[in-house]
Amino acid sequence: MLEIKDLHVSIDGREILKGINLEVKAGEVHAIMGPNGSGKSTLAAALAGKDSIEITRGSITYMGENLLDMKPEDRARKGLFLGFQYPVEIPGVSIVNFMKTAINEQRKFRGLDPISASDFLKKMRDKKELVGLTTNLANRSVNEGFSGGEKKKNEIFQMAMLEPLLAILDETDSGLDIDALKTVANGVNKLRRKDNATIVITHYQRLLEHIIPDFVHVLYKGRIVKSSGKELALELEEKGYEWMELEAE
Amino acid sequence: MDIKQDLISLFKQNTGVLESGSGHILNTYREQAFRDFDRLGIPTVKNEAYKYTPLDKYMQGNYDVELNANPFKVDLQDIFKCDIPELETQVVLVLNGFFYSVNQAEQLPRGVIVCGLNEASERYPDLFNKHYAHYADTSADGLVALNTLFAQDGVFIYVPKNTVVEKPIQIINLSHSYKNLRITRRNLVVAEENSQVNVVVCDHTLCHQSYLANSLTEIYAGKNSIIDYNRLQNENNLSTQINNLFVHQEESSRFSENSISLHGGLIRNNIYASLQGLHCETNLYGLFLCDEKQHVANYILVDHAFPNCTSNQLFKGILDHDATGSFNGKILVRKDAQKTLAYQKNNNILLSSAARMNTKPHLEIYADDVKCSHGATIGQLDMEAMFYLRSRGIGEKEAKHLLMYAFANEIVGKITIPVLKDRIIELVDKRLRGELSRCNNCDIRCA
Repeated sequence: MLEIKDLHVSIDGREILKGINLEVKAGEVHAIMGPNGSGKSTLAAALAGKDSIEITRGSITYMGENLLDMKPEDRARKGLFLGFQYPVEIPGVSIVNFMKTAINEQRKFRGLDPISASDFLKKMRDKKELVGLTTNLANRSVNEGFSGGEKKKNEIFQMAMLEPLLAILDETDSGLDIDALKTVANGVNKLRRKDNATIVITHYQRLLEHIIPDFVHVLYKGRIVKSSGKELALELEEKGYEWMELEAE
Repeated sequence: MDIKQDLISLFKQNTGVLESGSGHILNTYREQAFRDFDRLGIPTVKNEAYKYTPLDKYMQGNYDVELNANPFKVDLQDIFKCDIPELETQVVLVLNGFFYSVNQAEQLPRGVIVCGLNEASERYPDLFNKHYAHYADTSADGLVALNTLFAQDGVFIYVPKNTVVEKPIQIINLSHSYKNLRITRRNLVVAEENSQVNVVVCDHTLCHQSYLANSLTEIYAGKNSIIDYNRLQNENNLSTQINNLFVHQEESSRFSENSISLHGGLIRNNIYASLQGLHCETNLYGLFLCDEKQHVANYILVDHAFPNCTSNQLFKGILDHDATGSFNGKILVRKDAQKTLAYQKNNNILLSSAARMNTKPHLEIYADDVKCSHGATIGQLDMEAMFYLRSRGIGEKEAKHLLMYAFANEIVGKITIPVLKDRIIELVDKRLRGELSRCNNCDIRCA
């Protein structure tokens, strides 16, 4: 599904990612862990197509196509989803309008008619329940005035609405209390299918108690220094990231 | 040729025709207006209030003047149909500045008057005399003097004490001619104690000519009265419109204004709100969406003369291509106006590198126990928000539209008449998509 080869990324001329290799297949859950500043969010931004980042070397292939040639909206239309670490507040744009526009733009891309009003409302209701979002969304602007937890739940809600093939969740657990964390994890687990894949980017191991990864990768100073099974997360939690420094050298 | 001298000789040559066609009260103010106009002339960019509006450039050129109501053969009611069918209003048609008709389909409440300005000056002289030219000071601005000098007709609205006019009164200013035309419009709205009225003003240019309209509206808001004043400015881009709005507020009155400026070559809105009693509330909102070579300028003065009053100003603009705009808003809090709450905000988005916006929010405060704020922003669309929307599969164009619409909606959302709001939402939506946002029979041709 996704193949990253020797990816080098710079921001404002400073090299952040220094040769990432990663392969994700359908049905898999990958966790990317690493300390602050290791390049986790930069990797997420590179996948979603943020234009402030500069790909200096390497390639990303998604569903057999060159992902780097695609505009952010086309990546999303082809099933890629990024759950933001810091979801953006957009005053004046209602969530309902936002989701309806997003779904219809994606449907248009796939040659489908716009979703009917009743189907849309039903979908909204179902997915809200699925991710445990209790906020009344009617008349609310996107993320405006949302608490940290609501914002993160809203990301998972959008993911549920858009049904992506590849979801990248960037620090979805940060700022969540344990109950919210469980709800979010539960939502992610329910959305798992054989034909989709998830990349969970996280700083801490605790999310991985709820979302069980097939692979854990440690990102350190712009490189994946270690890849292993889920037990690696526990080891990291115990020993801290300094241990990785020794491993890296 | 000097515009001022042109206009002066135009007046001198036509004084007889002008005065014979107008009521006595209108004529009594011409002499003073003449002296003031002779002294002030058309404001130039050297005048601080007009620094960013090069009016003289727009006021040049050959314009016809109609000194009598146009003997228009066609039934305007027939060719002009408002596009807001569910908007049940008292429709007042004004043609080239002259009162044309009022559709009295529904009985107005007892004592309410909606008629031509000139007619009112003759039929209700005492009432008229009490208010006409009392709020618009000809000595302050040459354009006010010019309007008073040439004023012949317009609309008069009177709402007596303790009366609520449920349905909005809709003034439709139509411009129709086969040559470029200079138009003078003069309106007077009087709302007595405890009354309530909702006025909607729409502009339509029916022909592809250049119209130079000098409009002036005086509003008297009596004690405890509530007045809503909505404007939809949508003339063709060859046209220039100058609007002076003078509002006089008595104790505990509430005046709300909402202007949506979509098309028009040059639109200049001057608003003077004078709060002459305790507990007044004034809300002034404006949205302007302009492109090509349009220029939209809002100039506001809110004068707090009494304690415990509140005023709000919120003006938002989106400018594309070579469009230019200006906002010049002032809150004056006089020495006795303690406990004043006065807020002012102007936010602008520039979509192109050539578009320009000048903004000057300012406060002048002489009282020491007040809460006032002012602020202005000029920026571009939020790139973080753009990326967020696009990352959900929304195309760049649609994402841009969503953000612009959200920006504009803060003003549109304040419109209190639901059907009017829906219609304006639709017009704004089309305007932002670059489609023609016009009503039926309107001559708006983009580019």
